[in-house]
Amino acid sequence: MNRQFRLFASRMGFSVLTALIGAGFALPLIWFLFAPFNARAELGIAIPDPFTLSNFAEVFRNGFALRGLLNSLVESVGGVILVGLGATLASYALSRSPIPGKRAITYVLLLFSSVVSGSAAMVPIFLIVTALRLIDTQLAVVLVFAGGLMPTAMFILRDFIDGIPRSYEESAMVAGASPLQAFFDVALPVIRPGIVVIVVWAFVNIWGSFLIPFILLRSSEKMPASVAIYSFYSEAGTPVVTLLAAYSLLYSLPVIALYLFVSWKFGFRFFGGIKA
Amino acid sequence: MRQFSLLSRRVGLVFMAPAGILVATFVIAPFFWVIFVSFTNRSLLGRTAVHPDFVGFANYLHLFDPSAFFTRGEFGFSLILTTQFVILSALFGQALLGIVLAWLLQSVPRPLKAITEAMVIGAWILPEVVIGFAWFAFLDYDNGTANMILSALHLPRGDWLLGMPFWVIVVFNTWRGTAFSMMLFNSAFASIPPSYFQAADVAGASSFQKFRDIGLPLIRGHVVTDLILITMWTFNVFTPFLLTHGGPSYRTELLSIYTYRVAFKDFEFGKGAAVGVMVMLINLCFALFYLWVARRRSHEVKA
Repeated sequence: MNRQFRLFASRMGFSVLTALIGAGFALPLIWFLFAPFNARAELGIAIPDPFTLSNFAEVFRNGFALRGLLNSLVESVGGVILVGLGATLASYALSRSPIPGKRAITYVLLLFSSVVSGSAAMVPIFLIVTALRLIDTQLAVVLVFAGGLMPTAMFILRDFIDGIPRSYEESAMVAGASPLQAFFDVALPVIRPGIVVIVVWAFVNIWGSFLIPFILLRSSEKMPASVAIYSFYSEAGTPVVTLLAAYSLLYSLPVIALYLFVSWKFGFRFFGGIKA
Repeated sequence: MRQFSLLSRRVGLVFMAPAGILVATFVIAPFFWVIFVSFTNRSLLGRTAVHPDFVGFANYLHLFDPSAFFTRGEFGFSLILTTQFVILSALFGQALLGIVLAWLLQSVPRPLKAITEAMVIGAWILPEVVIGFAWFAFLDYDNGTANMILSALHLPRGDWLLGMPFWVIVVFNTWRGTAFSMMLFNSAFASIPPSYFQAADVAGASSFQKFRDIGLPLIRGHVVTDLILITMWTFNVFTPFLLTHGGPSYRTELLSIYTYRVAFKDFEFGKGAAVGVMVMLINLCFALFYLWVARRRSHEVKA
């Protein structure tokens, strides 16, 4: 009896503690549930009265803001295509062809990409892009992300391809398929889930990034949403809260949608190890 | 039996080419170029932007100049600040909170688990600009949610961003990054056979005893992996810039923000490159240590 009670009490205690921590994580975000729908939103939490979509209407009238979202889309999709194509081909070759030292290649690339990251990389990347005369082009942003995300993408995909039996392609080739046919018609459909993971991961990374476009782009009409959002500040430097809130929500939607998609499709644990 | 290969070496190399060119240009070339530039006085504007002079170790000597090393806004100050930031927000904040959450979530009702996980993961996946602004609103002195709650509890309000900016970015980074540790420990705990815990239950062990004597020893390898990864990420993180811009008066100027200021605000590329080289050296130590641990673990599994 006593032990039963103790068990129940500890269960309750655990739930209360978890709820408190969860609430702590939710607190800074609650503001975003209300402010976008409140035409008089300030930095404090207030229930919208009346509940309105006028902030969104205002954002949609702002051509610069919309172009920011479009630019984010262009850069993310461009980067994702390059990472997806490049990593799929390369990791297939690493898994299936007799290139000498292929284990070492993956590890060395992974080592480089984790050393040349974040704060260490901004000066050299700026210099390379300047030397290539690509400063202030969206192509530069796309290429820099494609190169930076590639090693991790290759690492994940190669693991994935190594797990697929070679006999799939071997039997296709015994039946007369060329190596390329075996790749496109047999291997590729089986690898597809792995490619989806890479694509989602790369998209979220590029879509949310701030530093790289911030240092590589100059002209305001090329800025992605992460940089364009700073146009919602008045000349005095105070934020125009209503528009910022609505725009932030719009800008976050693709990430939220992808999160729901991944957790529905794979369970979110899968996503755990792979955010750079 | 020798496996016949599915791709010839030549086709394999063709397949490798696109990825190889991208990585060589935007990862490997910058690595060597920045080392070269760190020995010059290259700047963004003026004569030295086009024709930089070779200055030897001058940039490095400047970074390690003992008379100014610990002054605010100098390299040494940022290095020490970043170290404190990593220890407090990654090792104590993210890892500790992550392991506690992962342990708690095993035994709470399913809906509570789902909601809590969604909140923690939400903090991690939302774009950093949005998060930065959310925290700016959260901490606002007059109307922010944090002070609103404190007032409701009859506690004194705080001017967080001016009064204790360093603690703000520590809490901020803990909040932002706990999700990764939580998920890693979650799957680590899930890989322990349930019979271990059932046996402990029969013996009447408390939850803490089970954690200390069964859970923790069995996921030791995961703990090491987690600590190294979050240390590397936190060391390089730039997101606090969106909240504090490194200020007020350099008090939150982490190495990443210091590099940005030197190179892109003061336009001293040579000096910025030297900082970049130092950061890369530190990253290299972390990464090599990680590879060494990972290799040793995979050998243990085989043995």
